[in-house]
Amino acid sequence: MIASLPPGLLLIVAALAIPFLPDVLRRAWTVVVPAAGLWALIVLEPGSYLAFAWFGAEFVPVRVDKLSLIFGYIFHIAAIISAIYALHVRDTVQHVAGMMYAGSGIGAVFAGDLVTLFVYWEAMAITSVFLIWARGGETAYRSGMRYLIVQIASGVLLLSGAILQAEQTGSIAFDKMALGNLATWLILLAFGIKCAFPFLHNWLQDAYPEATVTGTVFLSAFTTKAAVYALARGFPGTEMLIYVGAAMTAFPIFYAVIENDLRRVLAYSLNNQLGFMVVGVGIGTPMALNGAAGHAFAHILYKALLFMSMGAVLYRVGTIKGSELGGLYKSMPFTTVFCIVGAASISAFPLFSGFIAKALTLSAVAYEGYVVVWLILMFASAGVFHHSGIKIPYFAFFAHDSGKRCKEAPLNMLAAMGIAAFLCIALGVWSPALYSILPYEVDYEPYTPTHVIGQLQLLMFSALAFAVLIRYRIYPPELKSTNLDFDWLYRKGIPALIASVWPVLWAAWQGFLGALQGGLRTGIGAIVRLTGPEGTLARTWPLGSTTLWVAVLLGGFLLIYYL
Amino acid sequence: MAESKRPEGEREYWLDRSANVTKVFWAVVGVCALLGLLDFFYHKHAELGFDGSFGFHGWYGFVCCVFLVLAAKELRKLLKRDEDYYDR
Repeated sequence: MIASLPPGLLLIVAALAIPFLPDVLRRAWTVVVPAAGLWALIVLEPGSYLAFAWFGAEFVPVRVDKLSLIFGYIFHIAAIISAIYALHVRDTVQHVAGMMYAGSGIGAVFAGDLVTLFVYWEAMAITSVFLIWARGGETAYRSGMRYLIVQIASGVLLLSGAILQAEQTGSIAFDKMALGNLATWLILLAFGIKCAFPFLHNWLQDAYPEATVTGTVFLSAFTTKAAVYALARGFPGTEMLIYVGAAMTAFPIFYAVIENDLRRVLAYSLNNQLGFMVVGVGIGTPMALNGAAGHAFAHILYKALLFMSMGAVLYRVGTIKGSELGGLYKSMPFTTVFCIVGAASISAFPLFSGFIAKALTLSAVAYEGYVVVWLILMFASAGVFHHSGIKIPYFAFFAHDSGKRCKEAPLNMLAAMGIAAFLCIALGVWSPALYSILPYEVDYEPYTPTHVIGQLQLLMFSALAFAVLIRYRIYPPELKSTNLDFDWLYRKGIPALIASVWPVLWAAWQGFLGALQGGLRTGIGAIVRLTGPEGTLARTWPLGSTTLWVAVLLGGFLLIYYL
Repeated sequence: MAESKRPEGEREYWLDRSANVTKVFWAVVGVCALLGLLDFFYHKHAELGFDGSFGFHGWYGFVCCVFLVLAAKELRKLLKRDEDYYDR
């Protein structure tokens, strides 16, 4: 029965039951349902399912192939881990929203046509915003509202593009597209918003750190990676994406270094990781697409792990500001170890998952001869280690002792982190586990002396740089602050512009209305003078003057006639 | 770096002693030196050519990180605002 439901829809439907379940059953339900979904996916044969025609369009709600499967697997795994992490939460809204959101993400990667994709695309936006609002308070509310507006806008662009595409090609199929007309540009823009392209990215750093402790873990997995999938499906080999992706890897890490909210540091680093995947999609060779998909798979695990460890700190200490933390390894030793595993994985240390995934993309970039892009990616790799690999664990768990003492994270949180950490190491140690589910055949050996020693040199010398800068007190301290990013434009700039221009516009409008009124009054006055009861045209003219005028006219006529 | 606020009477951890932190620092220096020297002992399969030069990954990583931090420090002058900047 489970297998006959489209992937994703199972979770969405099952989520509706959560409010009616008693507490114990609900806990089991949130973990068992995604696990059942994963099992159903494993036994599902590749192909298209449930296709139907409607209003002359061919709908394919479920398309199963290797590219959609790898994202489907990891989305289910992320849903299971996130659910375990959230087991202690009593707020039903978050459980319903979390499971529906996961279901929407899963549905999106199996959508075979653009309209189905749009439906899941918007469902992701609407369900996920509750994970932000559930935090409560004005800041979360406003941040969630900005998030929702951006996400819905992405959906509207996608639908507009899909309609134009259907108009021009007669098909709504979601396959590889060539950039060239308005339709495809709109679709790319829609994907680009959810993928946090430069200048379209701020919803991510704005909203994710404002969500609940458990909500951020859900959020980190689905939306952006569904967008990576959509790019890999729709625009592989689009050269522009190589440069967009390279920019994405580089610029967020500067922000990550000076950001104080450690969950926001992770949001910037998430943005940087997406850049690697976008570069892979842009290169578009089988090896690069393998790199993008494999990186997404590994990334979801270690990024969730990092967000979970920082969530546990926020849950126990009540703050996640680097300036107020430090020395927590004494209180939370297990969380510290799990965080370090996540940090080693995202930094692509050999024997951790990031290494075997990122190596594919880096090698693909090198094989295609993009030297500058390769250098940027290496810079970004060193930077990732610097802010995610060292800064996050260092300022939270080590640095100076903040004097804060708390309990270790709850058991369910530790279990979720333990599973994620185990998978991060397992994938790193046994690369065939990941390579066998990649979309294309893999002929690649990550563990060669050149790769391993080169990567170790890059990382250890980055660590050395950090150590030197800290030791000689050059490293910028964590400060309570807000750093301006592109969202300044719509949070301050445009409102301020409107506030300053508005009085001028209002005065001009008032002036215009006044002038109009004055003009009308003069005009109406003139008409009244001409045609009113006392007006010139309304007078009864005496017979004498009429005779005179007739004589004048006749005289004029005669004169003209003889001329 | 702010001073440690370890409560009085709590047991001292290994990392609480600054002499041990210094040991960690020199351990990192040692590991880096070792990794640099390893370059003499194996044949590199460089993918781009220049990445096979001696110690490339090492010095590139070091320079990148120092640049990253110094640049971010400068950026802070431009970008840093009070914590409640957007709430006002």
